[in-house]
Amino acid sequence: MVGQAAEPQLRVAGKLRHDKGLRVSNGDETDWAGLMIRVRDHQDRAAFAALFRHFAPRVKGFLMKSGAGATLAEECAQDVMATLWQKAHLFDPARASVATWVFTIARNRRIDALRKARRAEPEELDWGPEPEPDQAEVMETQQETERLGRALAGLPERQRSLIERAFYGELSHSEIAAETGLPLGTIKSRIRLALDKLRHEMM
Amino acid sequence: MTIRHHLSDQLLIGYAAGQLPEAFSLVVATHVSLCDECRARLASYDTLGGALIEDQGDVEMAEAALEAVMARIEGMPQATQRAPMRASGIFPAPLADYVGGDLSAVKWRSIGMGVKQAILPTGRDASARLLYIPAGVAVPDHGHRGMELTLVLQGAFADANDRFDRGDLEIADENLEHTPVAMAGQDCICLAATDAPLRFRKFLPRLAQPLFRI
Repeated sequence: MVGQAAEPQLRVAGKLRHDKGLRVSNGDETDWAGLMIRVRDHQDRAAFAALFRHFAPRVKGFLMKSGAGATLAEECAQDVMATLWQKAHLFDPARASVATWVFTIARNRRIDALRKARRAEPEELDWGPEPEPDQAEVMETQQETERLGRALAGLPERQRSLIERAFYGELSHSEIAAETGLPLGTIKSRIRLALDKLRHEMM
Repeated sequence: MTIRHHLSDQLLIGYAAGQLPEAFSLVVATHVSLCDECRARLASYDTLGGALIEDQGDVEMAEAALEAVMARIEGMPQATQRAPMRASGIFPAPLADYVGGDLSAVKWRSIGMGVKQAILPTGRDASARLLYIPAGVAVPDHGHRGMELTLVLQGAFADANDRFDRGDLEIADENLEHTPVAMAGQDCICLAATDAPLRFRKFLPRLAQPLFRI
């Protein structure tokens, strides 16, 4: 199955990407969503390994900045990656980038490991069968995370540090600033439109 | 149904970051289940978390980490089906999960004037409870310490400033003193969470508070 999996039905930048030997890195334009879809649809282990090499060290870094020791962070990062495999069927490239999806898994693992608390999750929406997600939407979603990362890097140091500390769990909920100074409105609007469309179809 | 009173950015960021007390997370998850606007706002903050992961400095994994995880997933079947949580009554799924069912499963305790409450099992850094206020009855005049969230699930309540219907969330802090009244017509049921005990002005002497855990 490795390397021979069916081509992901995912167009990136208007052309179908061919993953030769799974070296899919084209500068900083690696098609993480395409790899994730191969894991999801074909249990592709080579694609999983590529995702692991990119994301596991980042998750470990995130957890250590959140106060986990190296051993616990290593263990939890491995858990997060195993969950990525196990819950691959929940990945929807039109709704979230791989990085965002990894973040939500890592965050929940952190709540378990460090706070030992339970976290209620919103009711899941039934998006229905969607064999061919809208490709423009998929691309937009995957690029949003990158654009947001650039905007984050462009923030004044003090403001960026406040956001990072909030996400590393260094701030209590009452200390978190309500204003991020980031262009989150376009992301919200896109998702709101998708939700409106879904509600309309459900009626 | 149009929801007019929403979650604050502060609460949404706190929830996305995983930093809210459990009782507040329950209120946020319940409101988001009813409110597409806040669901979309929350997704934008999750995306911010994604951007932070992407920009994260690498910390090298243990040498055999990939092999270890590969061996783990070897015997691990991928789940193939979504099991969407779906609530059919007045409690959205996350709340029904805490209650162990819908309205009929709630173990109410009377606290006077026909008002009833049920404490929900959450972590101790904040408390959550369901409140049942008969139509037309006033919730006792109270001020707040800390933060109190009140989410309407059935009926409506109003105070001097505003009206709150199903799905609406009132966020109160120590600056707010008010006398909410359940609107006539239907008994009002709310999910309330606070990170400090309430101070009641009337009808519940302060001393009784530890008894009722409010």
